[in-house]
Amino acid sequence: MHPAKSVIFFTTASGAGYGLLFWLGLYGSLGLLPAGAWFAVVGFGLALILVTAGLISSTFHLGHPERAWRALSQWRSSWLSREGVAAIVTYVPAGLYGLAWLIVGSGTGWMVILGLLTALACVATVICTSMIYGSLKAIPAWHTGWTPAAYLVFAAMSGAVLLSLLGHLWRLPTVLVTDITALVAIAAGALVKFGYWHAIARAAPTSTAESATGLGTAATATRGKVRLIDPPHTMDNYLLTEMGYRVARKHATVLRDIVWAAAFVLPLGCVFVALLAAGVGGMVFATLAVLSMAVGLAIERWLFFAEAKHVVTLYYGESAA
Amino acid sequence: MTSLPEQAPKTKLGLVIDLDICVGCQACAVHCKEWNIAGHSGPLPDNEPYGADPSGVWFNRIHTFELVDDETGDSRTVYFPKSCLHCEDAPCVTVCPTGASYKREEDGIVLVNADTCIGCKLCSWACPYGAREYDDDEGVMKKCTLCIDRIYNETLPEDTRVPACVSTCPAGARHFGDLGDPESEVSLLVAARGGYDLMPEQGTKPVNQYLPPRPKKVPAEPLAAPRLTRDDDPGEAGLLARWVDKMLSR
Ligand code: SF4
Ligand code: SF4
Ligand code: SF4
Repeated sequence: MHPAKSVIFFTTASGAGYGLLFWLGLYGSLGLLPAGAWFAVVGFGLALILVTAGLISSTFHLGHPERAWRALSQWRSSWLSREGVAAIVTYVPAGLYGLAWLIVGSGTGWMVILGLLTALACVATVICTSMIYGSLKAIPAWHTGWTPAAYLVFAAMSGAVLLSLLGHLWRLPTVLVTDITALVAIAAGALVKFGYWHAIARAAPTSTAESATGLGTAATATRGKVRLIDPPHTMDNYLLTEMGYRVARKHATVLRDIVWAAAFVLPLGCVFVALLAAGVGGMVFATLAVLSMAVGLAIERWLFFAEAKHVVTLYYGESAA
Repeated sequence: MTSLPEQAPKTKLGLVIDLDICVGCQACAVHCKEWNIAGHSGPLPDNEPYGADPSGVWFNRIHTFELVDDETGDSRTVYFPKSCLHCEDAPCVTVCPTGASYKREEDGIVLVNADTCIGCKLCSWACPYGAREYDDDEGVMKKCTLCIDRIYNETLPEDTRVPACVSTCPAGARHFGDLGDPESEVSLLVAARGGYDLMPEQGTKPVNQYLPPRPKKVPAEPLAAPRLTRDDDPGEAGLLARWVDKMLSR
């Protein structure tokens, strides 16, 4: 699949934003973030900017951005529509919760409800985003339970690294909790990515050039292998530029290594050092963790698209997908 | 509404494509483009058609495959036209966030409303068959309309109210009709010839059916090539020629 820059930015940025909002909602409600108005301004500000920038960038690849509002109408059947609705609904508890925090500080009685609602709305929105991809049977590498798992855990992980940075910047007494949260989330993220890559490497093909044409199958009472000898058009068409994108295997291997290093190993090391260093050293290493992960997740998302094979390629010379 | 019709359409208009007969002449693809460029979903992009890098939207594409039997090494060429299959469980319809993609309740035709499509392209990702092509000029998705503007067009003579591709096929490899009616000509043809679905494992329940190529006729005795020269058998030559042949052959 063609990795569109706007979609890569959208899913990684809004993922990190929802992740941060989730932790603010959950840990704020649990009284684990004893901080005042400025923390609320920066924390909620950063999360909402990431989320909003992501959503806006996702409209860049539309043919008719001015009609984007129409996408809210089909939530009964369409995950893309559900995502739009969930994203807008999330602003309500998140905005109220951030405002309340600004005014009365974190963690007081009735605010817990708003905090938990915010966390829940974030989970729902990220699930909807992931299911846009996970529901597509025609792209077998996405049509698996690993897709929602990956989107959820990467949102939690990138949000946790941001929270850990905030914890260091504000020298929160609970910085140990936010650092350990980040470490656990990164470890979980690495496990899920490993599981995903392992699963797609082992998965039996869903469709083949034979099932796509019926030739060489029982349907036509024939035997053998199908080979494309003449494509229907001499130049690439929309289908091939959009769905036929393939990353060279050797590049994929190198890029996967970079993802391992930048999205998981380095941030894990940095957060660990930050945890030990505290003070200014803690701030520096927590920042490095955030930067490294941003690069790592962008490449991870690029690969998620570039490595996924669409079954339409079976009509264009691929033998299995 | 992008949910599929609550009542599965009883009438299922669609095409039956005979892979035994198709000669890959591309006439249906050309007529499809010609009709639809000014039809329901027209105009269709057609950039640099005679230039170095032509591009554009077509609703019907003809692939050419070779099927090679691994055991006997026997091979055959199959011309393979492909357009929207107007699936009963059309994933392109249910993923659409705007309701622009829809399946008609009255005849099962799958269409795109160009006035409400936002050009998110998700439907083209959801279609396993590559039946949707994006129109960059208009910023909306395009696809085969089953020539809705021909089949119901009362200004056309009744016997020509069939899709452009069907009307034009010089070999008679394309048929149009109601596949929801078991007694229709197309349904009888499908039953008689063992029509089948493309990628049934994708769960789309295509309405369009493909008819398999008939078994190859292999003669019992291998045919010998006809003799082109008669240098060894002067039997049929005239008297003089036989005498010359005899003298020279000594
Ligand atoms: S062939 Fe593709 S575009 Fe046509 S109805 Fe089926 S899924 Fe939709
Ligand atoms: S491109 Fe248009 S028709 Fe296709 S899913 Fe998006 S809004 Fe619907
Ligand atoms: S039915 Fe009409 S639009 Fe569809 S492939 Fe045939 S000619 Fe083209």
